[in-house]
Amino acid sequence: MTAPSQHASSIHCESLTVRYPGDFLALTDVSLEIPSGEILSLVGPSGCGKTTLLRLIAGLESPTAGSVVAQPAIRGELGEIAFVFQQPTLLSWRSALQNVALPLELLAKQPMARPLGRRERLQAAERALVSVGLKDAMHKYPRQLSGGMKMRVSIARALVTNPRVLLLDEPFAALDEMLRDQLGEMLLELWREQRFTAVMVTHNISESVLLSHRIAILDGGQLKETFENPLSWPRGEMMRATTEFGEFYRHVSSTLRKV
Amino acid sequence: MRLNSVTKEMLLSATLVISVAVVGLLVWEFIVWHFELPKALLPTPRQCLSAAIDQRTALLEGLVSTGLAAVSGLVCAVTLGSILAMIFSQSRKLRLALFPYVILLQTVPVVAIAPLLIIWSGYTFRTVVMVTVIVCLFPIVNGVTTGLLALDRDTSDLFRVYVAGRWKTLRSLQIPSAVGHLILGTKTSAALAVIGAIVAEFFVGNGTSYDGLGTLMTGWQALAKTDALIAALFASAVLGLALFGSVQLLAKTILRRWVNT
Repeated sequence: MTAPSQHASSIHCESLTVRYPGDFLALTDVSLEIPSGEILSLVGPSGCGKTTLLRLIAGLESPTAGSVVAQPAIRGELGEIAFVFQQPTLLSWRSALQNVALPLELLAKQPMARPLGRRERLQAAERALVSVGLKDAMHKYPRQLSGGMKMRVSIARALVTNPRVLLLDEPFAALDEMLRDQLGEMLLELWREQRFTAVMVTHNISESVLLSHRIAILDGGQLKETFENPLSWPRGEMMRATTEFGEFYRHVSSTLRKV
Repeated sequence: MRLNSVTKEMLLSATLVISVAVVGLLVWEFIVWHFELPKALLPTPRQCLSAAIDQRTALLEGLVSTGLAAVSGLVCAVTLGSILAMIFSQSRKLRLALFPYVILLQTVPVVAIAPLLIIWSGYTFRTVVMVTVIVCLFPIVNGVTTGLLALDRDTSDLFRVYVAGRWKTLRSLQIPSAVGHLILGTKTSAALAVIGAIVAEFFVGNGTSYDGLGTLMTGWQALAKTDALIAALFASAVLGLALFGSVQLLAKTILRRWVNT
């Protein structure tokens, strides 16, 4: 178990059901407790409801039944929740710096007593870009960046508001194995600094074992199993070679094959 | 001297266009010579050039008048069309109610609208501009509305996560995303603007001091001055190309950041 974070929010999902038109049940009675400062991975076959659950937590969709409650409450208008999509979703007409500063421009309310000025927004964006190792690419446009760099910008943009909750929808799925590992480590490093609560959808079991405190398996819109990750902290790439990693990996993998 | 990619592409484009023109003129000259066609039916390119030189003052004045009307009409259409598109993008009901009328405006022949506008607005430059606006409006409204509404779901969700209001979404996402569509619509309308202005001048210029290319064409047609008529035709084509080229130049320079999406 992770120690509760001062800054993060815990998330309480209570009997979530989502029924789409045509009587398709995307989620059925899913209840899940995510303590503050925890990294939870959602795994399961395609179409099992992982992304739907993530979108419900983000407030992008409303459940047919059930509720999502965060403690302390998450206010999107203050940038307390952030979303990293599978694609970097960068605005092509903005530089990396301007893309990262975007959330601070969009917030309906400012977390400070006074609204952040343009200079302050860009300074905050610069710090976020430095934290993901992109100091030298600040003024480049998305077309001038590689896939991995774009995803780093996307993560910096998500973290620029210092969110309580970070939601990630297969953030590294479009990247090659080496980049995927590098960005996973970077995410762990950022989590160590900021201690946000994170929920990550992934198809990659190895990634979920390395990065998360717990792994939840969904299938057919139902929560099948939740595993406490026995691996110790701090974690790093070297951990993949350990017996504990291999055992837990096989355990999750075999459960996933059975569903 | 190193040339940047924009200049290189423009030079290549100009070379190809001029090459096609030269070949076309040679074929034309040959046809007139081979079939011994009379000047009143089809003069040679050299005779047309000679007529253009003789009528240079009238042609230049016509070019300026028609050019001013076409540019004014195009600018008004871009402004009005963009405002309409923004309204359509914000309200589905307004879009459903009003968009068919924009299509209707496009389907009514301009030759039927021009006389009506003359009754309401007189034999004036303003009438020519109004006809031009009507001709140019649809590609702009259609293109910009499509651009404003064609948003990627994840990007829209990004804005929703931060509870960005309607205005911020329009300003920071929808408008920049639609610039490419606006340019496409404006390119189509740039060619139409010259057609609209000339057709309007066919009506407006009759018996007035208005001196656009359309007026000149009507007069020279009545006098069977085919060579001058063709010279005016080329002048209008040059005007259309210049307008189209200006929009293209704008897209590749000032608006480049938004167009290269």
